[in-house]
Amino acid sequence: MDMSLISRRFADTTVVFPEGRIDHATAEQFKTALAPHLATCAAGRDRLVIDMTGVEYISSVGLRVLMLASKQAKAQGCALAVCGLQPVVREIFEISRFNLVLQVFPTLREALAALSTEALAAFEAA
Amino acid sequence: MRVRFWGTRGSIPVAMTSAEVKRKLVTALVAAAGRGLDTPGKARAFVEWELDFSVSHTFGGNSSCVQIETGGPDYVVCDLGSGARGLGNTVLATGGPRGHRFHVFMSHLHWDHIMGFPFFMPAYLPGNHVTIYGCHERLEEAFRRQNAAPSFPVDFSRMEARIEFVRLEPERDYEIAGLRVRAKRQHHGGDSYGYRLERDGKVVVYSTDSEHKQDDPEEVRAFVEFFREADLVIFDAQYSLADAISVKEDWGHSSNVVGVEMCQLARARRLCLFHHEPIFDDERIAALLAETRRLEEITRRDHRVEVHAAYDGLELTL
Repeated sequence: MDMSLISRRFADTTVVFPEGRIDHATAEQFKTALAPHLATCAAGRDRLVIDMTGVEYISSVGLRVLMLASKQAKAQGCALAVCGLQPVVREIFEISRFNLVLQVFPTLREALAALSTEALAAFEAA
Repeated sequence: MRVRFWGTRGSIPVAMTSAEVKRKLVTALVAAAGRGLDTPGKARAFVEWELDFSVSHTFGGNSSCVQIETGGPDYVVCDLGSGARGLGNTVLATGGPRGHRFHVFMSHLHWDHIMGFPFFMPAYLPGNHVTIYGCHERLEEAFRRQNAAPSFPVDFSRMEARIEFVRLEPERDYEIAGLRVRAKRQHHGGDSYGYRLERDGKVVVYSTDSEHKQDDPEEVRAFVEFFREADLVIFDAQYSLADAISVKEDWGHSSNVVGVEMCQLARARRLCLFHHEPIFDDERIAALLAETRRLEEITRRDHRVEVHAAYDGLELTL
């Protein structure tokens, strides 16, 4: 997994694109790579979307990173969403009940539409 | 080796309500319509083979008590929750009042894990011998205190069996009742201890009331080693993963998701979900079992883990 974590900016929203397996071997790298994007995320200023389209598997340790990210975002007043779950990952979210505690959207477009009109417009224009 | 479950519910014993019984009956009667079940044999076969488990059975409501049948003469038991009452009564009914030898391994001393002992009839009868093993300093005090005023009318001193308390050290092997036994400290309020029990190449791990925070890779590795190639891992799966690491963080319990992953990493053969959430009815636990089996299937690589959900009365032969 490339843990440099590719990111793209759409107006006031950062979208990150993790890839591969987020498991016991890679979760800590994922957490580290996510940290700078979370740090800039704050109320009324930045929003963060984690596009999981390239993630084929996520273990409990990876889900824990998402939970910690969600808690930090909430504390900073930042909106955080997850999108693009592959079928296996979507089932893992449902079985672990993460679909109930995180904002999850089918596509990046739908996530941006929910989070920021400006970001959606930038995405549509890109 | 055979494992028999006498109590499988977490935190507090529960009983089915009349509404739940009625719901099961209605479902069963509708399913049986037009089937010509006019003999007990036909009806029994229908109940056994055609109805869903959550309709024809119940997961039960007794708190933790698990018996390990080793093939030897002594009884080996993990925890003395309310399920111990049934175990004790069955021992007396089938083996007479005296001459029984029990070895009990205590995960910890919370109420739901000791509350069966005041109703464990062999302990009141002379000629029986009960040894209670545990790693907690206040092991004996916890048992004496619950069998005393103002909590209980019959004092501990009225128990006429020979009762001993033996402190074990975690991370050390012991030979007890023909088993090699090793305890491991677990995350739970006041600590709990899991037990790895081995005999003749068969391994049972009893690991309940154990929160897996997963924030320390070394600790994860240590638990994987504790579970390594076990034939059966009895695992605290009271909460969903999302609850266990958010609103119920530090409440001392784990999830089905972590159970599957740990057993996969340890290449354990069977995972048995245990210490069921007391607010869950039979349908909910059956759904949890189905989801857990599905999770095991979609995340399986080169090793299959057989997934069970414990119920009062379940027997697993290893």
